[in-house]
Amino acid sequence: MDKKKVVVGMSGGVDSSVAAYLLKEAGYDVIGVTMEIWPEESGEDMSLHGGCCGLSASQDAARVAQKLGIPHYVMNFREEFRENVIDYFMEEYLAGRTPNPCIACNRYVKWESLLKRSLMLGADYIATGHYARVEQLPNGRYAIRRSVTATKDQTYALYNLTQEQLSHTLMPVGEYEKPEIRAIAEQLNLPVAHKPDSQEICFVPDQDYAGFIEKNSGRIIRPGNFVTVDGTILGQHKGITHYTIGQRKGLNLAMGHPVFVTEIRPETNEVVIGEAEDVFTDRLVCDHLNFMSIPDLQDTLRVIAKIRYNHAGAPARVSRISEDRAEVVFDEPVRAVTPGQAVVFYDEDYVVGGGTILRPFV
Amino acid sequence: MDKFIYLDNAATTRTSPAVVEAMLPYFSEYYGNASGIYSIGVKSKEAISESREIIASTLGARPEEIYFTGGGSESDNWALKATAEAFGMGMREPKTGGLRKSGYEKLLPEDPAPVRNHIITTKIEHHAILHTCEYLQKQGIEVTYLNVDENGLVRPEELERAIRPETFLISVMFANNEVGTIQPIREIGEIAKKHGILFHTDAVQAYGHLPINVEELHIDMLSASAHKLNGPKGVGFLYIRRNLRISSFIHGGAQERKRRAGTENVPGIVGFGQAAKDAFETMEQRNAYETELRDYLIARILKEIPYSRLNGHRTKRLSNNANFSFQFVEGETLLIMLDMEGICGSSGSACTSGSLDPSHVLLSLGLPEDLAHGSLRLTLSAETTREEIDMAVETIKKIVERLRSMSPQYEDFCRRM
Repeated sequence: MDKKKVVVGMSGGVDSSVAAYLLKEAGYDVIGVTMEIWPEESGEDMSLHGGCCGLSASQDAARVAQKLGIPHYVMNFREEFRENVIDYFMEEYLAGRTPNPCIACNRYVKWESLLKRSLMLGADYIATGHYARVEQLPNGRYAIRRSVTATKDQTYALYNLTQEQLSHTLMPVGEYEKPEIRAIAEQLNLPVAHKPDSQEICFVPDQDYAGFIEKNSGRIIRPGNFVTVDGTILGQHKGITHYTIGQRKGLNLAMGHPVFVTEIRPETNEVVIGEAEDVFTDRLVCDHLNFMSIPDLQDTLRVIAKIRYNHAGAPARVSRISEDRAEVVFDEPVRAVTPGQAVVFYDEDYVVGGGTILRPFV
Repeated sequence: MDKFIYLDNAATTRTSPAVVEAMLPYFSEYYGNASGIYSIGVKSKEAISESREIIASTLGARPEEIYFTGGGSESDNWALKATAEAFGMGMREPKTGGLRKSGYEKLLPEDPAPVRNHIITTKIEHHAILHTCEYLQKQGIEVTYLNVDENGLVRPEELERAIRPETFLISVMFANNEVGTIQPIREIGEIAKKHGILFHTDAVQAYGHLPINVEELHIDMLSASAHKLNGPKGVGFLYIRRNLRISSFIHGGAQERKRRAGTENVPGIVGFGQAAKDAFETMEQRNAYETELRDYLIARILKEIPYSRLNGHRTKRLSNNANFSFQFVEGETLLIMLDMEGICGSSGSACTSGSLDPSHVLLSLGLPEDLAHGSLRLTLSAETTREEIDMAVETIKKIVERLRSMSPQYEDFCRRM
């Protein structure tokens, strides 16, 4: 029988390099692909980046592939990335929300686009170096399951994958702890064994989101007012793209005690300021729903809900309120429910599904 | 390595055994520095002179007009940057210009000196020219990038209209690296001469493949590279007409008549000389062979693969170049699949890391973005066989069919038909 063919998305980092190795050992016909996703940039910028997907990424991945004895190609996904990730990221901020571009990148670029091209090449699967597992459940559905290592859990940003995508996905690294993966890389003498983890938003290396949006959206970011919830003006803000819900630092408001961003109002260009307790809420509405372990949301469901990447998760009840909307009610109030972020529902280790937070109230 | 069919001779060629053999003694037998006074140094010096003479004779030039460089890109950079510098780099107070009094008197700035700060080039140049021009623009030089027609040809009348009193240089490639179109170099040279403007041509794809006479074509500077004509990589030359006073680009020792410092790449230069000699001796029969094979390839592809097109001029093209676009097919995937089948082709626009952007050349020819994304360049050599072409065509047919069968756009298209 022919070996199953798998395309591994290789960033040049430890995790995806070891993923390629593990699949090769498991008897797959492995093809390494590095996705070129950033806008064309000068050599100088690229060497500064050095991170996940720059020129050095494809060179590192090529070296690893050579070492493993697998073919390696670079594919251009710049257009898909700009449309589905960068443009979306900017639009969300300009609309007063705080997006999670990694979720969009996973769904539309890493999966939709890479899978499409991989299937064209004759591959059966795509694989990544995510710390997560893909499992087919007794009900026939595919679901993302937390990796064996809780500290490196990367399931949050994967909740939006479709059943079709999951059925063609392998995540071999999810069966291991990070130190084990590093040890394998070292044992193989992979040239990337000591590279640091990538982090934050990859296409804004200096983490100056507002500056990036101003430069790339062609829009002028206007200053506006800091206001209290009843409309009292407290001062001037630098433009709504500079802020997110729950933010305390960088407000430059001399109130004599810590204050927080509780709401962003794009239509009036206002940033609402409140006290610590105002940042807590016990419910939210989300849309753009996607379900994994269950075909659909029928009755009210008890879940653990995560409202941002590094949130520990909190017990909650989810129920559908309209065609593409659900309400989440937490047992205890949670801090800084942020429109634009994803809320992801878990049943123990498995991702039930999730949606995009629309607003922190009903 | 597995068996493969090499159809990317515009990217680089196999160094011929004769060239390797000519080079070998200059690694460990005659390894002397050509600047040395002892006999093995003299041996190197003589070998360099011999190559210089061979190359000069192929161009109708004098040996002292040939300057060896590290390759085509260096030659292009040198030609453009040093000329701009000679004309004062667009400064308001220009120097006296880049020419001595020998037939070019009218080029010498009059009093008050006009600012000579304008270059004319084309949109389909190699990046060695385009990116150098962009760099010069940042230094205050103005650049006109000429459009080309749908076959990739520069229109001489448009070129003439672009000339300004400030124009000091016209740089137009001899033949295009992606679509192989051969430019009307003679007409361009005549226009340049008539207006007293220097004319540089990037002949990296043409040298060794087409007859070139710098006198007849009024070429003032010409760039070439050895590895495009079965010579070694890492050696090229810039032809500089003898009365041009452009300065050195690499500063240091007194090599190459003080204009290109650095210990000479003796084996490389020897290899280049041998390659040039062989290329010019075999040019006629090689071109005839390649042209026949190329036309066979083009005919088969266009006939047997629907919705395919040939990019570039049908006849005014390099004898070894074929460039196709396949509607509803993504070039990148096509190339990867060809590689998996052992066929080396190219899109002609690979960036440093190998991923593809729409080709600036094909966009300039007026192709829509999706077609410019999906091009396939196949470039033959004298060693390419008809069997190889047949195998390549069959493989391309198979892959294009598969990719189209998975393309929603193609499905839509077929439904509407």
